[in-house]
Amino acid sequence: MRHLLSIRDLRRSDLEQLLMLTERFVEVNQRSIPKVPALRGRTVVSLFYEDSTRTRMSFETAAKRLSADVMTFSVGTSSVSKGESLRDTVQTISAFGVDAIVIRHQSSGAPLLITQWTDASVLNAGDGWHQHPTQALLDAYTVRARFGSLDGLRIAIVGDIKHSRVARSTAQAFAALGATVTLVAPPTLLPPSVEGWPVGVSYDLDSVLGDLDVCYLLRMQHERMAEALVPSLREYSSRYGLTSARADVLGSDAMIMHPGPMNRGVEIASEVADRPNSVITQQVSNGVAVRMACLFRLLGSDSQLDALIPDPELDHNDRTST
Amino acid sequence: MTIEFVIKGGRVIDESGETFADVVVRDGVIVGVGPDLSAARTIEATGCVVAPGLVDLHAHLRQPGKEEAETVESGSNAAALGGYTAVLAMPNTTPAIDCAAVVREIQELGRSASCEVAVAGAITVGRAGEQLAPMGEMADLGVRIFTDDGTGVQDIALMRRALEYARGLGVTLAQHCEVAELSAGTCMNEGEWSSVLGMPGQPAEAEELMVMRDIALARLTGARMHFLHLSTAGSVAMVAAAKASGMPITCEAAPHHFTLTDALCASFDAVYKVHPPLRTAGDVEAVKAGLSSGAIDAIATDHAPHPANEKERPFDQAPPGMLGLEYALALALTELEMPIADVLARLSWQPARIAGLADRHGGPIVQGRSANLCVIDPEHEWTIDGSGGASLSSNVPYVGRTVRGKVRHTILNGIPMVLEGELQR
Repeated sequence: MRHLLSIRDLRRSDLEQLLMLTERFVEVNQRSIPKVPALRGRTVVSLFYEDSTRTRMSFETAAKRLSADVMTFSVGTSSVSKGESLRDTVQTISAFGVDAIVIRHQSSGAPLLITQWTDASVLNAGDGWHQHPTQALLDAYTVRARFGSLDGLRIAIVGDIKHSRVARSTAQAFAALGATVTLVAPPTLLPPSVEGWPVGVSYDLDSVLGDLDVCYLLRMQHERMAEALVPSLREYSSRYGLTSARADVLGSDAMIMHPGPMNRGVEIASEVADRPNSVITQQVSNGVAVRMACLFRLLGSDSQLDALIPDPELDHNDRTST
Repeated sequence: MTIEFVIKGGRVIDESGETFADVVVRDGVIVGVGPDLSAARTIEATGCVVAPGLVDLHAHLRQPGKEEAETVESGSNAAALGGYTAVLAMPNTTPAIDCAAVVREIQELGRSASCEVAVAGAITVGRAGEQLAPMGEMADLGVRIFTDDGTGVQDIALMRRALEYARGLGVTLAQHCEVAELSAGTCMNEGEWSSVLGMPGQPAEAEELMVMRDIALARLTGARMHFLHLSTAGSVAMVAAAKASGMPITCEAAPHHFTLTDALCASFDAVYKVHPPLRTAGDVEAVKAGLSSGAIDAIATDHAPHPANEKERPFDQAPPGMLGLEYALALALTELEMPIADVLARLSWQPARIAGLADRHGGPIVQGRSANLCVIDPEHEWTIDGSGGASLSSNVPYVGRTVRGKVRHTILNGIPMVLEGELQR
């Protein structure tokens, strides 16, 4: 794997390998000193054209725990604010000699575009409405950690699918790993066509709620009001929000997920976000391990992996044999 | 000094039919058409088609205001290489061609160009869609087509007045059909691909609603109307029906709309960004069928140069448009399953008539006519490269495509502008 741009580029086996690798890094993160010298001497740049505290911090934490050197390119205070083009910025950064560029950009396709201007591996940290592959991987990991496998799970993704890179990538990952995915939204918040998508569609949350293993809520952005995509946040909440009553119907065995940041009281009732079956903070902590796995897959050497992070099962065998 | 030559050994095709004949040109005029003619100089055309020069109804020459992308000189050179003897320069320049002074500037630049440069004027001042431009003073300078191309006139009442006023001047209004309310902020066709790629798309209906509206307004006013770059099956059907009812309506389609689909946007390469956007395979088939049936009168390039640094931007931020002048003929001959005479009708005499240039362009190839001709080798295969040819820009969406049919010579007013595929200046 040279770049990580879109879940659409990955086969089921690629996804499973990344999730297995993530497991090893979850173990690293539980150590008292959660750091391994896996990417010593490698340089990772984060290039964020959109504000995103959590994704940027997650990537930078992941890179540091792998002992990579991390550079942060702040778009707001840099040459970009003086009108520098994407190409010039990427070529300048590449001239420092970097191994990976983690890019977040408001334009769909920007990560693919920059691969032609750099020798570094490119990791897509979210592009426009298009893709957010590490979010999809951390979501898949979080579900798998609880259920063991996604095969046969019934998952609904609820909310503003149309403008959501999270929905585009997460739905694909869930479906590729064997889950039955239903997108739930009013037609105004669905993409113009889901022809060929491995998903079902419903306009009615209540009709799907009783049969779910996972209910995944998307952030409802205030600016959608201006575009008249829904009449009001109040009406949206009442029809598509995970209220306390709906969370009761969903049941305590089903997982409640959200990519953050939440609008408490809009897509999710405040009380529901704090229920034991809400795994929203687990998603965040798994995010670091997933990003460690992705950075390692792109920059690290598999032959070093066992030396760096002993496989727990091999370890066990060694002990029993002595 | 007399310039005299014979175009020898070709198959002469014009609106009246075809015949094997030599064509003698002297001092800008065709002086003989027939077998075994000779002259001081011979221009070889064996195995080739001798046709009236092509006429492009839709070229963005970018002058004044964007001379780093194209100029009248560079754009007309590209046109001559593409077999064109006349192009219509679109008025979405900076400043817009919306008054006599700017019309004169382009006409002046056109005098030394490699093809005739006819000028289209804007319908509204600054193409802002608010106030009628002084069409009369531009018409007095010979402007025959008016358009706010790049955008459509959104205001219905204003468009009605513009059509009424144009009727009085005997000029044609040409519309870029796109309803702003459905297209604002979009960068590609709305459909399966925009959904997957997460890019805001405009539906076919953004174009079709304005086509529908303007057919109604043309009926109301009785004015002549030309529809620019039709890109959807629905638009083609509506215009075909309106024409069949006898309305004085014409329309054009661009080469990219009969060769490329929105699936190409998956590359996120802004070379595929254009307005109207690349549509579905079904729309491509409808445009082809419309050209074949004659519902679509003309192939017009919508040649739209942009500097590389602007086309390198992310798809949603890059400007729309692609080159066409050097590729239109070959793409038409390769992709359209039409007799060559029908292809030439859409590229030469029909657009010449729409542009008001039929007295000197588009044939017929007979004694006494202005010698505006092109010689085409219809079997010559070549592969389109990314250089952009004579254009100052290189936003070519056809790179790597092998096409059939190449312009060998182009004659403007009896002077060879292109010989053996080489510009003569």
